[in-house]
Amino acid sequence: MRNLRALEGWIYERLVALSGIASVVVMVLIFLFLFRESVPLFRDVSLRHFLFGRDWLPISEPPSFGIVPLVAGTFAVTVSAAVAAVPIGVGAAVYLAEIAPRRLREGLKLAVELLAALPSVVIGFLGIRLLVPWVKAVFGLPTGFTALTGAALLALMALPTIISVAEDALGAVPGTYRQASYALGATRWETITRVVIPAARSGLLAAVLLGFGRVIGETMVVLMVTGNAPIVPRSLFDPARLMTATIAAEMGETVRPSEHYHALFAVGAVLFAVTFLVNLAADRVARGREAR
Amino acid sequence: MADKIRVRGLSVYYGELQALRRVTTSIADRAVTALIGPSGCGKTTFLRSLNRLIDLIPNTRVEGQIFLDDVDVYSPGVDVVDLRRRVGMVFQTPNPFPKSIFDNVAYGPRIHGLSNQRRLEEVVEQSLRRAALWDEVKDKLRHSALDLSGGQQQRLVIARALAVEPDVLLMDEPTSALDPISAGRIEELITELKAEYPIVIVTHNMQQAARIADWTGFFLHGELVEFAETERLFTAPKEPRTEAYLTGRYG
Amino acid sequence: MGRGRRPAGTYWRLDPDLVARRARRLRVERLYSWGLGLLAWSVVGLIAAILGVIVWQGAPAISLEFLTQPPREGMRSGGIYPAIVGTLYLVGFTIAVALPLGVGGAVYLTEYARPGRLTRLIRLAIVNLAGVPSVVYGLFGLGLFVIFLGLGTSILAGSLTLALLILPVVITTAEEAIRAVPRSLREASLALGATRWQTVREVVLPSATPGILTGIILGMARAAGETAPILFTVAAFFLPRLPVSIFDQVMALPYHLFVVSTQIPNMPVELQYGTALVLVGLVTGLNLLAAAVRARYRRARRV
Repeated sequence: MRNLRALEGWIYERLVALSGIASVVVMVLIFLFLFRESVPLFRDVSLRHFLFGRDWLPISEPPSFGIVPLVAGTFAVTVSAAVAAVPIGVGAAVYLAEIAPRRLREGLKLAVELLAALPSVVIGFLGIRLLVPWVKAVFGLPTGFTALTGAALLALMALPTIISVAEDALGAVPGTYRQASYALGATRWETITRVVIPAARSGLLAAVLLGFGRVIGETMVVLMVTGNAPIVPRSLFDPARLMTATIAAEMGETVRPSEHYHALFAVGAVLFAVTFLVNLAADRVARGREAR
Repeated sequence: MADKIRVRGLSVYYGELQALRRVTTSIADRAVTALIGPSGCGKTTFLRSLNRLIDLIPNTRVEGQIFLDDVDVYSPGVDVVDLRRRVGMVFQTPNPFPKSIFDNVAYGPRIHGLSNQRRLEEVVEQSLRRAALWDEVKDKLRHSALDLSGGQQQRLVIARALAVEPDVLLMDEPTSALDPISAGRIEELITELKAEYPIVIVTHNMQQAARIADWTGFFLHGELVEFAETERLFTAPKEPRTEAYLTGRYG
Repeated sequence: MGRGRRPAGTYWRLDPDLVARRARRLRVERLYSWGLGLLAWSVVGLIAAILGVIVWQGAPAISLEFLTQPPREGMRSGGIYPAIVGTLYLVGFTIAVALPLGVGGAVYLTEYARPGRLTRLIRLAIVNLAGVPSVVYGLFGLGLFVIFLGLGTSILAGSLTLALLILPVVITTAEEAIRAVPRSLREASLALGATRWQTVREVVLPSATPGILTGIILGMARAAGETAPILFTVAAFFLPRLPVSIFDQVMALPYHLFVVSTQIPNMPVELQYGTALVLVGLVTGLNLLAAAVRARYRRARRV
């Protein structure tokens, strides 16, 4: 009886340990598969051409797999989205954490959570129905499917991440700092700008990085509203094609395996590397705060 | 000796809970007043109502009056920010901002509009000297205040409070988080500072009250049971409850 | 008042403008707070407007036929029944995989892992998995499950992909819930002669159940709404009959919304909004459920 119980415990504990390392295994597998499925591309295409080629023409004859327009599109759209979302998100977080009356705070947070929960395909759908015609009409463009449209929607999608991480960071600032500041005769605004925000600096930076990481990996919205022209956009009013959207749009129609198939995996690997670095940086920054 | 602060019938409620019951007393100028009593007796609440820091707690209600130099600090039209500038406060655990030593001390003067760098340097040096910290930190004013020891941090926040040149100093158990040697230095400093300021100190260390205070008040369940010159209170308490506390019958 | 004894001092009184400047500053400050409030509330307003539009425009499409019939006439009429069923299947199988794996991982991290290189590595992996773009999960699922393991485009491949996607959410919330179980409870159990595993099973997990449940529900909501990971692993463009095995393809709500809003010319707008409403209703409902469980659990714990 006793032995049986011990055996059961032993088995379960092994299973638990296995699920513990599952995350690591998955991480390694993702890494491996992206690598394994992209490498064959470079038998025919030079790494140099892939990274610096200015044409993404996967089904032309001969095809060209230059990733520059995709990187440029991704860069233009996501950076614009971040530039728009950071001040709004941090401002809203300051309001939530420092100014909003306690009773309203929970309601505000719930609203932000609901936004975070909205599937991106729904945001993309509303973008097509509402924002795209608006952009076309207001700016007098030939099409409303532009980098700007994508950036605006991505900014919206980055908000929940930025707001909630920034609000956590502000909330983690010890109350004694605020009390000391008030006791010296500082006003609320002085306390916020000179004590609370500087003290939460690294957490706020982490919020921005995580928001950016969220936006860079977003697929459906940009696939649906940016127009997907594989050119380097000259302005935000041009259509753009992003790395994520390229994978989503083209993978369904490739022959497997083929050069095109491997090229899409290579794009995925680049995307993975970028988000990996951004998230790693955010984690470092946030941890730096804990160490203090 | 002149009274700096007069408190008349002060009651404080946190929602339904009454934390102070009609407290009436006076705080003498240029003297140390100690407030003793078991935890939860209302002494910290009393201290925080003097600079209206309890305004920050939601659902708080205050009745009665507190006169600082004959102005009721709870009357409408009182500038809370200016009041807090005039009533400096030191907290239980040292709470320097995560900034440099210089910026900590300069914080108050800066928010009150002093931007001249030379004057700021003067004020910082002066305040650090009065807090008996100057010699230890004068070569590392740009270092983070968080690198100082606990005792140094507590003297730093005293310097920070002095830098806005307050009229009154409040201290909420300023030595309870410190080792005995650091605590001794803070006590010395308090004794020096009382030549210039009225000081109100909350402590649950009766020996400390006996050592440094001129006046002592004993709080119990939100009531100011007895208030007298320290020596009289400790040697000949009039109230049986005070005597019971002093002889160790309440926790 | 004997102020003269203090060295130098009273710098603020030397500045005659100070009173006027203070008043101005306070007015400006009130404006700033007001502005931030406006900002925050316009974000909320936008969210309310988004949900409002979907409900307003989608409600007319909702009918028994819409919810129980397959699409007809090139999807331009009929219902979305197969997509609803497909999404429910996917969510169900996803949770069946992610629940044991996620809770197991959380138990390992809280109860067994010793601080060290392995634990750091696991945490690093979780943080990074949470940030991997969903389309990369899609690629990974295609490479590993569909092709390498030969599962084909199937419910199984799609659910496994989604399970890996929500694993970080499940682990993180479960870990938080397990950590909130007071140590005294564990010690009481161990002191009664229970083994470590018995303590986990009989004491720790039951106390942590509401928190774990919250994480599971959030994971379900996430799995129900994702499109990119199922694009190449399971989702069918048009498949009116229901699946009979886990090796079948299915339609799914998010992919169906993508299809009807971008791939079908002359698609009635009402049906698009109707599809969006069903999807949003499912996802939002799950999130509200999670919020309710969490709120109840918090209240219960405070007593």
